[in-house]
Amino acid sequence: MALKRTPLFTEYKKSGAKTVDFGGWELPVSFGGIKQEHAAVRERAGIFDVSHMGEVIVYGPGTIEFLQYIMTNDTAKSKDGKCQYTAMCYEHGGTVDDLVWYRLNEEKALLIVNAANEEKDVNWLSEQSRDFSGVKVENVSQDYAQLAFQGPKAETVLQRLTEESLAAITFFSFKESVTIAGTDVLISRTGYTGEDGFELYLAPENAPALWEAILAEGEAEGVEPCGLGARDTLRFEANLALYGQELTEEITPIEAGLGFAVKTNVDAPFIGKEVLKRQKAEGPPRKLAGIEMIDKGIPRNGYNVLAKGRLIGQITSGTHSPTLQKNLGLALLEPEYCEPGNKLQVDIRNRQLDAVVIERPFYKRGN
Amino acid sequence: MNLPQELKYSKEHEWVKVDGNKVVIGITEHAQDELGDIVFVELPEKGDQLTVDEPFGSVESVKTVSELYAPVSGEVLDVNGELEDSPEFVNESPYEKAWMVVVELSDASQLDALMDADTYKQMISED
Repeated sequence: MALKRTPLFTEYKKSGAKTVDFGGWELPVSFGGIKQEHAAVRERAGIFDVSHMGEVIVYGPGTIEFLQYIMTNDTAKSKDGKCQYTAMCYEHGGTVDDLVWYRLNEEKALLIVNAANEEKDVNWLSEQSRDFSGVKVENVSQDYAQLAFQGPKAETVLQRLTEESLAAITFFSFKESVTIAGTDVLISRTGYTGEDGFELYLAPENAPALWEAILAEGEAEGVEPCGLGARDTLRFEANLALYGQELTEEITPIEAGLGFAVKTNVDAPFIGKEVLKRQKAEGPPRKLAGIEMIDKGIPRNGYNVLAKGRLIGQITSGTHSPTLQKNLGLALLEPEYCEPGNKLQVDIRNRQLDAVVIERPFYKRGN
Repeated sequence: MNLPQELKYSKEHEWVKVDGNKVVIGITEHAQDELGDIVFVELPEKGDQLTVDEPFGSVESVKTVSELYAPVSGEVLDVNGELEDSPEFVNESPYEKAWMVVVELSDASQLDALMDADTYKQMISED
């Protein structure tokens, strides 16, 4: 089957970026090198094509009640113009997907889902909404391109391209029908890098022009086009979960350290509530920990973690952190081993190498 | 793409520089380009035995780990210890500063299985 391409495919081919198959999409790994792009986002700003992300509209009377039923966060607490990070779980607590949803109004929500889960999520939403007669679910992914413009200089650069006051768009809020460089966008102050920045949703046919306009406007600030590689190292340092690694159908959001997005004290029932409430109260069977390698080696997804020769868990993500210049990993471990300072071993190609549990997240803006 | 004519090349993207009964081994410019920013190089120790087509170390980029496969068999006479602290040499200077190991050949006929620069170039253009 041919790989899907975003409207920006010709843009990154023009710039010579390497592309890979990412969940059926032909996407750029990097433009100028992962380390360079990573540094650009931490120090200046970088722009990412994330048009592969799925967009789903849930609308009709009862929308918010329905969202409350399928999501772990307290969706009733959100307001028009606000974004909220949440998980959707199965009854057993495992995760269907993690996502950010936008409350357009009390009867309409925009859900941004992981590309690899798009079909699964739409089916899940449709099935679960059957008892909510007024609620409709529509996959509108084809109607949107998405750009993420991230980094400390993002606001300065973007402000020069719009009359809208970007300062008024606070963290995790959004505005519709904003004109940026002549293009109509939905803009939110959100992202997946641990930096300040924006995500822009727009008609696919306008994406190449806006991509070029932002890069041109940001030239003086050193804005760079960035690929999936830097997106992954940036989110990793900030400890933002990646579905398929920190979260799966077998990993609950409590285990993944996402308790802040699981509100078990709400009165309304939601799918998975029983298991998640118990895990919150009694502690989950496994917990996500941050580790730093003491011996030389890089932990990678799936590597076994041991303590005194006994298997205690697995690495979910790991890399050489470009900002911290250390070999770091996230690991799902038996809870008693998750205290910072605790020594353990990672099995890297049949060698047991020493590592130590460290505080999370690895990187916080303003450090 | 820089492919020095005097070197031999393996299908696993190593280069081999022959000097009598000794060879120097590294990875090609094409290999480092495919891997991206190299952040870690794991090499054998002096005195270790390499076996042809078996892994003898690994090169890791930010994104991924890639095994190094021995293009020849033999004893490791020397290892480039500088790569431990400066893995970026693999990106900057794959044929010079990023030589990896010196090996004493145990079977010189294994060199016949390696490619010359033009054959290797042909192979990577077909990838």
